[in-house]
Amino acid sequence: MAINTKSSSPLTGQQTPRIAKRIMMIETAIFYVFAVATVISACAVVTVKNPVHAALFLVLTFFTSAVIWLSLEAEFLAISLVLVYVGAVMVLFIFVVMMLDINVARLREGFVRYLPLGLAVAAIMLLLMLNVVTSDVFVLDVGSEPLPKPADYSNTKALGAVLYTDYVFAFEIAAVILLVAIIAAISLTMRKRTQTKYQVPSDQIKVRKSDRLRVVKMPSVEEE
Amino acid sequence: MTVTLSHYLILAAILFSISIAGIVINRKNIIILLMSIELMLLSVNLNFIAFSHYLDDLAGQVFVFFILTVAAAEAAIGLAILVVLFRNKRSINVEDIKELKW
Repeated sequence: MAINTKSSSPLTGQQTPRIAKRIMMIETAIFYVFAVATVISACAVVTVKNPVHAALFLVLTFFTSAVIWLSLEAEFLAISLVLVYVGAVMVLFIFVVMMLDINVARLREGFVRYLPLGLAVAAIMLLLMLNVVTSDVFVLDVGSEPLPKPADYSNTKALGAVLYTDYVFAFEIAAVILLVAIIAAISLTMRKRTQTKYQVPSDQIKVRKSDRLRVVKMPSVEEE
Repeated sequence: MTVTLSHYLILAAILFSISIAGIVINRKNIIILLMSIELMLLSVNLNFIAFSHYLDDLAGQVFVFFILTVAAAEAAIGLAILVVLFRNKRSINVEDIKELKW
């Protein structure tokens, strides 16, 4: 891990074993603390009553998993998770939840009824996946811990070097997908309001005197 | 005492199962359903990043980048459809959406 400690050289490999062991312990502690926080807040997302609280718990989940991504040395993606998800997507969620006048009580009907079924499905799924994950297939014993990166290694630079060369077509398709999403979201939610009064400048400019002013000729009435 | 690849994979599996349970439990509330889908994508991304780190291959992170893009687009369009639905139906209950046209 490319962690700079003041007392030692930038490279972890040249540190004394005691410091390396202590760093490893801190990493383990960080992983467990934030993994537990992620799981608890994810449970809260699916069980709390209020959708606004659920959205806020989802924000907490994204923050804690961004920390876990940081410990996996994916710095760019951790920051973009916070910026894109917490900054854009979740704010959109919270706006929509607050804009809609939702009858929460009706939406919670059947929560208790489906709870055993949901737990059963999740437990079966979890057991199957744990069975696969903890099998020998995913044990990387050949140099299981990746080599520490040099101190001037930049994750953003490395990712950009791959993204703009090998994956440039996929990158452009992603741009088109975002454009389509913008157009779809705008065209879905845009509506003409018929009740509201607003000005039509082109009609105002086109108007002539004859449209507005009518000279009525009438004979003057003689007084008797 | 050290954190291995299996730890991350187990964490991602737990997150995925929680979101599956969320979809089954909250089957009437479209907003929570969308949030559960976001949670699923997050757990898949965690798998990608863990493998990318332990196999020392940046392709996994590139995939996570694209998944983030698609997830953002999906959330935007899903919420737009939700707003239109609420405008027409005055409800976001899944049970009220039985016909394709109204």
